[in-house]
Amino acid sequence: MSLMEIKGLHKSFGGLSAVLNFNFKLEKNELVGLIGPNGAGKTTVFNLITGVYKPDQGSIVFADNNLVGLHPYDICKKGIARTFQNIRLFRDLTVLDNVRVAFHKDVGYGFLSAIFRSPGFFRGEKEIEEKALEFLRIFKLDSKKDEVASNLPYGEQRRLEIARALATGPTLLILDEPAAGMNPQETQELMQLIQWIRQEFGLTILLIEHDMSLVMGVCERIYVLDYGQVIAEGKPEEIRNNKKVIEAYLGEEVN
Amino acid sequence: MQTNNKTWTRFLTEVAVLAMLFTLGQYAITTGLLNQYYQINLNSMFINIILAVSLNLINGFTGQLSLGHAGFMAVGAYVSVIFTTLLHLPFILAVVAACAAAALAGFIIGVPTLRLRGDYLAIATLGFGEIIRVVLQNIDYVGGPSGIMGIAKDTTWPWLFGSVILTLVVIVNLINSSYGRAIISIREDEVAAELMGIDTTRYKVLAFVIGAMFAGLAGALYAHYFYIIKPDTFNFMKSFDILVMVVLGGLGSTTGAVIAAIFITSLTAALQSFPAIRMILYALILIVVMIYRPQGLMGNKELGRKTLARMWGAKK
Repeated sequence: MSLMEIKGLHKSFGGLSAVLNFNFKLEKNELVGLIGPNGAGKTTVFNLITGVYKPDQGSIVFADNNLVGLHPYDICKKGIARTFQNIRLFRDLTVLDNVRVAFHKDVGYGFLSAIFRSPGFFRGEKEIEEKALEFLRIFKLDSKKDEVASNLPYGEQRRLEIARALATGPTLLILDEPAAGMNPQETQELMQLIQWIRQEFGLTILLIEHDMSLVMGVCERIYVLDYGQVIAEGKPEEIRNNKKVIEAYLGEEVN
Repeated sequence: MQTNNKTWTRFLTEVAVLAMLFTLGQYAITTGLLNQYYQINLNSMFINIILAVSLNLINGFTGQLSLGHAGFMAVGAYVSVIFTTLLHLPFILAVVAACAAAALAGFIIGVPTLRLRGDYLAIATLGFGEIIRVVLQNIDYVGGPSGIMGIAKDTTWPWLFGSVILTLVVIVNLINSSYGRAIISIREDEVAAELMGIDTTRYKVLAFVIGAMFAGLAGALYAHYFYIIKPDTFNFMKSFDILVMVVLGGLGSTTGAVIAAIFITSLTAALQSFPAIRMILYALILIVVMIYRPQGLMGNKELGRKTLARMWGAKK
């Protein structure tokens, strides 16, 4: 039984088909890459999976639940968390608060407890804070917990976004261009971090990335998307030599 | 346990300070130290604090631009007056009913309109405020355009003081909790909040309902101090006044809203004899603030122990 299975997914914006008959399978604990030229529809696929867009057709089954038609917050509760291509932190909130927001869906006290400051409130807040700090320590951000998120350097904002996503307790983590804007050194560190969190949290990871060294380095399987369609699927070495993929990226060979 | 002790000490200090303030106010009023003129302004000030702090919950913390706060105030004012002046029921019952009715109105308005964003929500709430006013003008039971007169002066100092404290406690405690962080995350990035498992519509409506409820409370207090209410009291200019306080204080700062409410009320009182100048000065202050401090007096920071301690340190 696959962790996620997508069948015949369609999405068009006006006359433009962004995703066309997309079929996809993800096994538990896999690390899969989704690549393709700019505008191929990769982020649209992520937005369809996480409920930001509603698909025109097709089904997305995740851990025996059909995700189509669910709200993004329900999909999050089913165990899918993501990061964004253009970082979307809660910019004016502190680093700690960014992660604490992720624990809200399992908040251990009621709304009235919060207003009347019942003992349950203090217990719940302490628990949330401890868990959030734990995630910050893992991502080496604990020393900056009181800093406003928008003041962090770029690389740390990326890390904070991953920390926040992990704090929702997902089984599937979706990363949208995690290495965008990073230098080779940072990308290298990110690769190790991705491998490590996968082990540590027993995660399944799906990522979009343009940095081929990262994709080829960490992904076990790769899907290649072009004009909204899957044009190739397989192991990194297969993809590297696939004629269609090379054409999609570099254009056809001249005779 | 130490933190627990600290919490208790803080709580008791706060209660002691409040009790002192309350007694001081009570003393000043009963002995006539504060004459009628100052009493009226003090009353307006407290009501404006409730209005500004509750609108700030919607506009500042949740980030939803609402322009209909006077509408909820009108609902509270009219419902409470129907209870006391027309049905001769006790004031406390009237206040509870006013809050409930305004909260209900907030829910009914909020559920469909909070799907709208930015300008559209602003226009929808603006429309709601005007609809309330026009509807009230056309109901003879509540006096039509001339309103209701002869309302008993039930808004006493304990009521005022208690209401302001209640408003502040509820909103500050709400904001400084997981629910508050969920509400603020909507302002920061609605899509990201939703993807972090937060039912954004639910929390937008929650903030809107609580904000409306306190506007209703302010309406009830207002009606039972000033003897008369009429629909025109709650026109767009009233909503705008409250909005100015919130923007001036800093969107997302409760202390900012309180300071701005005190400042604007004092300014209005000082310029009572020159209504034309008042509006010009209003506009000027707004322009200057928007140019030199667009985030408002307090930005989204709070004036609290920590800030005061820092300022104290900086002075040395």
